[in-house]
Amino acid sequence: MAFALVFPLFFLFVVSSGLDPVSSLPGFPADSYVDFMFAIPFVHGALFTALNSAIELGRDIDTGFVNRLALTPARGIAIMLGNLAGGVALVLIQYCIYFVGGLLMGAHFEAGLLGVPVLFALAALGAVAIGAAGMTVALRSGSPEAVQGIFPLFFVGLFLSSMNMPRNLIENDWFQWIATVNPVSYLIEGLRSLVVVGWDPETLAIGFGVALGAIVLALSVSARAFSARMTRT
Amino acid sequence: MIHVAYAVAYRVMKKSLTNVSFLLPALMFPVIFFVGFAGALSGVDRVPGFDYEPGYETFQFAFVLVQSAAMAGVFTGFGIAQDFERGFARRLMIAAPRRSGILIGYAVATMIRWVMNTAVVLAIGLLIGMEILGGGLDLFALLLLGLTVNMIGILWAAGVALRLRSTQAGPIMQFPIFLVIFLAPVFVPIDLLTGWIHAVATVNPFTAFIEGSRSLLAGSTDDVAVAFGIAVPLAALFGLWALTGMRSAERG
Repeated sequence: MAFALVFPLFFLFVVSSGLDPVSSLPGFPADSYVDFMFAIPFVHGALFTALNSAIELGRDIDTGFVNRLALTPARGIAIMLGNLAGGVALVLIQYCIYFVGGLLMGAHFEAGLLGVPVLFALAALGAVAIGAAGMTVALRSGSPEAVQGIFPLFFVGLFLSSMNMPRNLIENDWFQWIATVNPVSYLIEGLRSLVVVGWDPETLAIGFGVALGAIVLALSVSARAFSARMTRT
Repeated sequence: MIHVAYAVAYRVMKKSLTNVSFLLPALMFPVIFFVGFAGALSGVDRVPGFDYEPGYETFQFAFVLVQSAAMAGVFTGFGIAQDFERGFARRLMIAAPRRSGILIGYAVATMIRWVMNTAVVLAIGLLIGMEILGGGLDLFALLLLGLTVNMIGILWAAGVALRLRSTQAGPIMQFPIFLVIFLAPVFVPIDLLTGWIHAVATVNPFTAFIEGSRSLLAGSTDDVAVAFGIAVPLAALFGLWALTGMRSAERG
């Protein structure tokens, strides 16, 4: 929990300080790099929290706790949703801290007070999608070590997106193409639009659409993995 | 001592190459950082004042080389702590006539693993058009500098792991290294940094390592002596830290 709280803010702090000269590039959409990066801790936080809860689930499977749970009348869907709800509750607390931390670092939030719940809601949907995907890894592998090992792959999605640079300013064609087909870019751009632009209905709609689509996909895969895990016990 | 070092190195290598939880993070993070930063931020070389001749991919490769060298050491620290938690390290200490051989074994395996990971990042770099202006001697010096930074990371993390003997100590091994790495001129040359980060980067030893690496990749010797002048004594200092950690582990 401490790492999930500290790391995203630290990353925002050092990256926005180190890359501030980039905001002087022609066409850069924000006044400062900290504004541009303000949304990133919300995605980082979701990733770390999902990692922690997936590792915990992997450990519960490894130690036989899930086997014992399978003997109780608890329904699989309730266990899955409970796991995800716990993760969402945690990230919402973290989001409050990231938000205040970002403002203290000098970021400006263009969408105003009404934009805050929208920012949190979109980021929380992203957390649910990542959490469900993490749960699938834990259920399939049944080992906390495997979850820890596979999780860097989730970071690939984050780093190969428009996290560090707007897509139109990425000079490498191959990277611009990857960032364009990477759905994480659209989630980040939805969150970022609230910070940098204010209210941009199209970008927000795409962001919410991507998050909801990812949730449906990840939940359907993890539900299958969950029933397979419960059947084997 | 050589037999102990060989046995430990063999075991660590085998575990690293066959266990996905060890193999993937150590390999993936340098690749992710390199591709993510070099790919997305290539336009940074248009920022006024950016004057690194080989280009932004090479500029980032130097950072990733130093970062992966230091972080590979941290992953070894995790492994040592895990060996203590599972009781394996205790048995190893009883069996080994010269316990410093255990440390050497971990270090040798980590260095081999780091060289392998760096080769992968280098191959990706060359594939995406990274230019290296340094010659064979420069690259050999770069390898030596990387191995010395790797040694610093290993000895720091081993010292922590041997004292605390728990994987719960992971953040204590990881966070200080992460902190000093990212408080160096990672994305732009130090002259383009302003304010507090410029002040911190100026006194940060990792700045010297990164700038020395960038010089060698550009075929220059600027900052290289400073980098080695800081890295070698630092490695010796952390060697002492790790050996006293071993004494602490012996006392239990």
